[in-house]
Formats: sequence, C-alpha cells, structure tokens
Amino acid sequence: MDATVDPAAVARAGAAPGAVELAGLVKRYPNGTLAVDGVNLRIPPGSYCCLLGPSGCGKTTTLRMIAGHEEPSEGEILIDGANVVGQPPRARGTAMMFQSYALFPHLSVRDNVAFSLRVRGVGRAERLREADRVIEQVQLTALATRLPGQLSGGQQQRVALARAIITRPRVLLLDEPLSALDEFLRLQMRAELKAMQQQLGITFIHVTHTQLEAVAVADQVVVMADGGIRQAATARAIYTQPDSAYVARFMGGQNVLSGVVETSEGGIATLRGPGGAGYVLRIGTQAMPVGRTVAFAVRRDRVRPATDGAPNSITGQVRAVEYQGTFVKVTLVAPAGDFVAYVDEGAYFRAPVALGSTASFGWDMDEAHQLTTE
Amino acid sequence: MAITSTSGRRPWTFYALAAFFGAYVLFLYGPMLCIYVLSFSGPQGGLSFPMRGFSLHWFRQLIDQGDTGDLVGAISRSLPLALVVMVITVVVCFAAGMAFRTRFPGSGVLFALVVASLVAPGYVLGIGIGLMFQLLGWEPTWYTSALGAQLSWTLPFGLLIMFAIFGRFSRSYEEAARDLGARPLQSLRLVVVPILLPGIIAVALFGFTLSYDEFARTLQSVGSNNTLPIEIWSMTQNVTSPSIYALGTVTTAVSFVVIGVALGAIALIQRRRAAGIAMRRA
Repeated sequence: MDATVDPAAVARAGAAPGAVELAGLVKRYPNGTLAVDGVNLRIPPGSYCCLLGPSGCGKTTTLRMIAGHEEPSEGEILIDGANVVGQPPRARGTAMMFQSYALFPHLSVRDNVAFSLRVRGVGRAERLREADRVIEQVQLTALATRLPGQLSGGQQQRVALARAIITRPRVLLLDEPLSALDEFLRLQMRAELKAMQQQLGITFIHVTHTQLEAVAVADQVVVMADGGIRQAATARAIYTQPDSAYVARFMGGQNVLSGVVETSEGGIATLRGPGGAGYVLRIGTQAMPVGRTVAFAVRRDRVRPATDGAPNSITGQVRAVEYQGTFVKVTLVAPAGDFVAYVDEGAYFRAPVALGSTASFGWDMDEAHQLTTE
Repeated sequence: MAITSTSGRRPWTFYALAAFFGAYVLFLYGPMLCIYVLSFSGPQGGLSFPMRGFSLHWFRQLIDQGDTGDLVGAISRSLPLALVVMVITVVVCFAAGMAFRTRFPGSGVLFALVVASLVAPGYVLGIGIGLMFQLLGWEPTWYTSALGAQLSWTLPFGLLIMFAIFGRFSRSYEEAARDLGARPLQSLRLVVVPILLPGIIAVALFGFTLSYDEFARTLQSVGSNNTLPIEIWSMTQNVTSPSIYALGTVTTAVSFVVIGVALGAIALIQRRRAAGIAMRRA
C-alpha cells in the first residue's frame, strides 16, 4: 500500500536513491500553449539539481510534473528506473516544498509536520513523536506548538522542509524555495538546504530564477528557456563554458562577441569582428570554413587593460563605472556592442578611467570560449 | 499635508461625511428605538407617543393570542425553515464555490443564470411559484414552495460570498495536502473546511437571517400557514395595539441571539484551537 521507499534502505542496498530521468517530456495546455517542449534530462541519484531560467521558461511546470501535480502531455518520468506518470505524489517517493510553503495555517508546527502521518492513519502519540524528531532536525523544537502565522519566513521554510522530509522522499522538489526571504536569510537558508541535502543523501530538484543561487548550491545546473533545456552541466561548466550565447548572457559574467572566420589552422581561427577588431580563438580540432560567423564568450573578470588595436581587444567609450567592492565594473560602448570589464579594485584605482573617455580591454586567447550552439 | 491631523484642521469632506453618517444612524436606529420603547408601554398605551405607563402587558398579549395572530405557530415554522435553508445554502454554495474555481464549459452561463435571481423582482417570483404549484395541482406550503422561493434568494447570495472566500484561498493548500498523501476527502475535512470555517459560518448566518426575514418571495408561495414576517405583516392589517411593537422587539431579539450564537461559535473555535495548542505545549 505504502509505496514510499526508505532512502536509508536503498542506500544500504548500494545505490543512492532518487535517480530521475525525464524522457521527451511535453506539457501542452488545452489552450495550445506549449509550456514544456520535449525535455530530456538525467539527474543522478543523491545530487542537487537546479532548474534555472526566466519566468515562463517551463521550469516550474517541469517540477510540478515530476511532483505529480501536473500530468505530462507526452513523455516519461522515471524515478529509480520506474515510470511514475499517473501515480500520486506519495507513490512516486517525491515530496514538494511549495513556493509560499503552503503551511496549513490552522495547524501548529507539530501538526503540520505530522500531517502526512495523520492521513496515513498513524496514531497520535507515534506521529507526534516522529514529528518532534524531524522538528529537532530542523532546529525548531522551541517553536513546535506555534501556528505558522507566528513564525518568521525562515522558520516557516524550515517547517515546510520538515513537513516534506518526514515522508522520507527519494526526491525533494523545491519550487523557488528562497524567493520569499530577504537577502540575508536567503544566503543562510540556501546553505542550510545544501547541508540538508548532503545529510539526507537524497536528490533535491530546486527551481530558481536566480543564477547565483543555482551555482551556489547545485551539482547540476539546468538552464531552461522557452520550454526547453539550453544547457545542463555542473555549475562551473555552465558558468565558464556556456554552450550558447543565450546561456552566456543569462548566466552573466561573460561578454558575448562574434566575428567572421578569416583563417583556420591547427585548432586556432582568426576572426574579424565589427569595427575591424581582430580576434584569435581556439576552436575544436575541425577546421572552420572561411567566412562563417563564430560567436564566443570572454569572461568579464579575465580582461585587462590593453592598447588600442591589439589582437583580442575591444576599444570603446566608457559609458558607466560602478564600484562593486572587490572590483569595479566598467562598461564600454564598442562597435561590437556593450563590453563589460570587471577590473580588480586595486588595479582600477591605480589607473582609473573617466566617463566618456576611450578605453581598451584585452584578453588572453585561453580566456575566450567558443559558443558552439545557437 | 493639510489632511493630516497635525495641522489641527479637518477638511470639509470630514463634516459632510459625518453629517451623512449621523443621518444614517438616525434613520436606522431612531425608528427601531421608538418601536422598542413603545412596546413596553402600559395597558392603556397606544400606537404613538407619548408613552402611557410601563409594563410587559403587550408581550403577554402576544402569547395569549387574544387579538393577535398565530405567532407561536409562525415561529415554529420560521425557525426550522430558516435552519433548513441555512444548511442547504451552506452545502450547495460550498460545493459550487469549489467547482467554480476552474472554468468549465458553460460556467459563465450557469453563473449568470444563478445570479439573475438576485435581480429578479422577488414579489413577482413568489407569485410565479404560487401559480406554478397551482398549475401542477400541488399544495403550496412553507416547507415546499416557500423553501424553494427562499433558496432562490439565499443561494446566489451565498454563492457570491463563497466566491469571495475562495478567491483568497490558495490552491497550494490542497496540493500540499495531496503531496503529503491525503485523499480528496481527507484534504477537504482536514485542510479546506477548517481553513475556510469562519467564512462558512458567515454564509450560514446569511442563509439563516435572509430566510428568517424573507417577505417578498414568501408572501405568495407560503400557502395557508404563514411564516413569521408574513404573520407580522398580516397583523399590521388588523391589529391596532402595541402588541405589534412587542412582536418587533421579540423578533429583533431572536435575530441578535442568532448573530450572537454565530459569532460565539467562531470565537469558541478560535479559543479551542488556542487551548489545544496550549495543552500540547504543557
């Protein structure tokens, strides 16, 4: 009857629980809107995965389909190898933390946490004992008798977490879990979420629209747009080696440039960019046809002052200078478009640039990364 | 800036609204107060001021049924009728409130059909119901035709209130309950109804008082045995003593008792919840 799996038991059996695989997942609404358009994704068991994208990209719909609160129009959802489409949430071994937490306002913290045991018919004494154990795990023992309305945002989030993990899920689904918190709490709670994931050893799938949040907690970052996946990789790979201009721009921290191939030899191409700028770019082993337009990304924090006209450099007019504490953000208006340099704070103040003046920034060939897909 | 109290001067709109409110209070409570006061006049008392003496004479007259109508009978019909209307209104409006959260084919038309009853002239509707029963050869009574007539008034009212209640109710509570393994009935019993209970009591209160006071729709559909408002009205046709005022005082008192019970129930629920929490804390 109760199809949930004790993660500890699965762990003893050898494999971590909670391998999730999405195969050709499509969600089409009756009015014809395509919210999710053919998502294929493999989430390793016991990992922390972030679905990242702007609002309307399909990330929440994908999460809700995994949770069983929305049925896919096409495709399969496999959890530990079994297709769970059509099953209720508890049978899937998933638990969801809702965006606004959805704590039951008429029940105390303890009764909220014990709710899943109550509907399963567990006796009062036993379920409250179990609830107290989990409440202790999230360090809310002192507040166990309060109503949700008497708790702060961070405390409410911990109750929501406790209420979800008491079901011993294999996969915990978190819908924008930090969006209701202020900046300070957000940093604290995201560290707590990560610690909890490692302690439980189950899979977390966390939906967010904040890049820094995703790269801070996730083993696997999945960048989504227009109902599809643009790139799924480790946080570092997404940030330093984006596949596409979209991902590079969305993650921030990169300048996206392009040029037309003039020569291509030995894995290195020379490009001619807008305004006659010359670039040298490391490419794959395959030669590139002359005349093709190639896009690449240059990290904002890996550029340095350069002389005008040097290869791999951009010259433009300084449009904005923003002090950021550890670095200074300098924005140039160049023929290639806006170009942003993060200049080390000390280096900047040794040679400051004036608004409206002309400045040049360059980069080493190895700091540029070719964008291979659209 | 000039509107803030620190300047010490209030804008003229304050005085205009205060005068309007004063008139409102005068028109609402002035006449009622006159009736309550005159109902306590002595055996020689009349229908207008000045008041002659002070007694409970006219209240006794009510029960003695001397020259007044069948008041006890009317109340014994009006109260159960109001209770039945209340229960049906709460159950049907709650179910409809749940259903109307999603758009379904014909939901707009259905809503318009239901709410049209609010603008239909009640008196005409009552005549129509009486006629229909006559046509079908059924005897109009307070528990058939009058019940239907009153529901045509309380259901759209209750539905509109339910919409407001459900409008502030997040679907995610039900999803959370489902996520935690609750079956639909458990979700309803343990989550939806408890969260919405104060609003549900408000709908019940409306259902009861609208029925208990209903006149226009009931007049032509009640049959030969009157409900209380109809009985009072027929008394005004032929009773010319302050016992009619005594009756007004009694029915107002009943209304206040009902409202008091409803508010007391809400307070009790909240206190019991708080107490339950305190008990578990100990």
